[in-house]
Amino acid sequence: MAIHRHDNHQSANAFMEWIDRRLPVTKVWNEHLAEYMAAKNLNFWYFFGSLAMLMLVIQILTGIFLTMHYKPDAELAFASVEYIMRDVPFGWLVRYMHSTGASAFFVIVYLHMFRGLIYGSHREPRELVWLIGCVIFVALMAEAFMGYLLPWGNMSYWGAQVIISLFDVIPYFGPILTEWIRGDFVISDATLNRFFAFHVILLPLILVFLVFLHLVALHQVGSNNPDGIDIYEHVDEDGKPLDGVAFHPYYVVKDLVGVCGFLIIYLGIVFFAPDFGGIFLEKDNFAPANPLQTPPDIVPLWYFTPYYSILRANTFNFFWIDAKVWGVVFMGLAIAVFFLLPWLDRSPVKSIRYRSAPFKLALVLFLIAFFVLGYLGMNSPTPARTLLAQVCSIIYFAFFILMPWFTSIGKTKPVPDRVTSDAH
Amino acid sequence: MKLMKNLFVTLLFLSSGSVMAAGGSGAVLDAVPLNMNDKQSLQNGAKLFVNYCLSCHSASYARYNRVAEDLEIPLALLKQNLMFTTEKEGDLMQTTMPVEDAKKWFGVAPPDLSLVSRVRKPNWVYTYLRAFYQDESSPSGWNNSLFENVAMPHALFELQGVQRLMGKMDADELHAMDAHAADAGDQSDAYTVVGDAKFELVHQGMLSPAEFDKAMMDLTAFLVYLAEPVQLKRKAIGVYTLTFLIILMGLCYLLKKEYWRDVH
Repeated sequence: MAIHRHDNHQSANAFMEWIDRRLPVTKVWNEHLAEYMAAKNLNFWYFFGSLAMLMLVIQILTGIFLTMHYKPDAELAFASVEYIMRDVPFGWLVRYMHSTGASAFFVIVYLHMFRGLIYGSHREPRELVWLIGCVIFVALMAEAFMGYLLPWGNMSYWGAQVIISLFDVIPYFGPILTEWIRGDFVISDATLNRFFAFHVILLPLILVFLVFLHLVALHQVGSNNPDGIDIYEHVDEDGKPLDGVAFHPYYVVKDLVGVCGFLIIYLGIVFFAPDFGGIFLEKDNFAPANPLQTPPDIVPLWYFTPYYSILRANTFNFFWIDAKVWGVVFMGLAIAVFFLLPWLDRSPVKSIRYRSAPFKLALVLFLIAFFVLGYLGMNSPTPARTLLAQVCSIIYFAFFILMPWFTSIGKTKPVPDRVTSDAH
Repeated sequence: MKLMKNLFVTLLFLSSGSVMAAGGSGAVLDAVPLNMNDKQSLQNGAKLFVNYCLSCHSASYARYNRVAEDLEIPLALLKQNLMFTTEKEGDLMQTTMPVEDAKKWFGVAPPDLSLVSRVRKPNWVYTYLRAFYQDESSPSGWNNSLFENVAMPHALFELQGVQRLMGKMDADELHAMDAHAADAGDQSDAYTVVGDAKFELVHQGMLSPAEFDKAMMDLTAFLVYLAEPVQLKRKAIGVYTLTFLIILMGLCYLLKKEYWRDVH
């Protein structure tokens, strides 16, 4: 029997050799999983990278099943979603997973970005990882915006109407551009069809490609860690970092725990509160699109509200240019400014553990401003709220503009040679 | 410091503003005590719906046999009591009233009710159904204190009877009334209060005021069911799913611990 098993083993080896001569399966497996070394002290914050990838897969798979029953037609779209919710077996589950998934995706991505910010993952040599990540963020926003039109509810319709008409403020080209985007003078069947095409084909392809680049760039420079130090500075005689462990199996089994924890929260919402109190599914979107009836408050979904607040906040006609134009410019800048982060941050240390007090203070103020802007964007404006949005917008931008200054002052703590916290 | 002070003042204004908005824009609604597990209540709601609503309103995403299955109504009973014309049991619940006629008669086509309890909230539906009153100045002869000048006549008047509006109450009166109701245990016989409106029952219908409220609770429960038929099963499936995931997470944690035992 032993000989028989040996034969099996040999034939398996021979099979892999045959494959590996033609396709570098073992090589890629080793380089990116079995021999890819990551610091042994990656903590809670490091779950969100693998979770973002899981979420992308969930969105693509549920999306495929939704397209089997969804009709991208202004006459049929709304009813086809209700058909999925009622008549397609487990269609409701697929739809709720997709709609809750959009919000979950943004929660994960925001936490993933925040992790980068606090541990200095945007710093040298990971600038390109950060930049590609920023492009993914922008592509994800486009993906979410276009997906939101597809249920053809009244908020879908009017939300798209408001956001697309933002381009109207561009001098001279604005009206031509908005007509070109919509394919019509108003949001219509033509708009719905092209948004469907972008949402199910173009942007998913772009996202998958960008995620691939994000990972290749990451594996070229290696993962950061909560101490923000280079684990390859202390290696054993084989050149393996003393503080590193192989991604597989160590982080694969650890991420499995994170995946379970995430699924408990995510599916908890899917099964017990898919509307999430009107935040994930807005009540006005349960009425079909009606060009003659504007909802009382047109608000975007929560993940856009900080930027929507910045858009609405400006009431000043700087240089005699209309305040609305500046609002659009500021909103664009609020997102674009993330791309500059690697060069705005001048701190001698990467991790928040060793950063100076001014940085920590600025970060707290930025977070407060971000959350307040998000809250304000979900509610109709009043003069007091607009003033608060202006204050928070200034804090938001000041965080980036003043970053070269506040990251170079104050006393940083000495950075250790080796990672500090134990594996856990 | 000046900035901080301004910020503080702004926050103060903001919080008072939101309180005002909650009182001002939000209409006063009666809370409906829904029990979605009460099949009898849902069945009664379904009966009321097909008898009183479906003549004008559709529920064009819902099917008769699905309602029967979910509410545990035998098909024979369904055909006998809930289907009145030539529909088949798998048909969508459509009104037979043509849209063109509806527009001519009421000025507006009656909205589809499949999702009404998700667009408006259950408390709104429950308050609205009980807030019709006689109004000679309106074209239909009816008006609604929650939805002023609504085109819909009081379809349920044979059950409730005829109400006359005695007036609306402001926040102080409502507050005083709540305090009084808590003391006395019940409202006065001279008038009933729906939302922020005070009504006098001029002519009683087939049901007593308490029976009518219960019937409207059943109808609201049915409309809540109708907006998302799967909600009765969704949570049950969720309990199994989460139980599985919690056990799986425990096992994954043990697996992780085993692998990481030799990492220091």
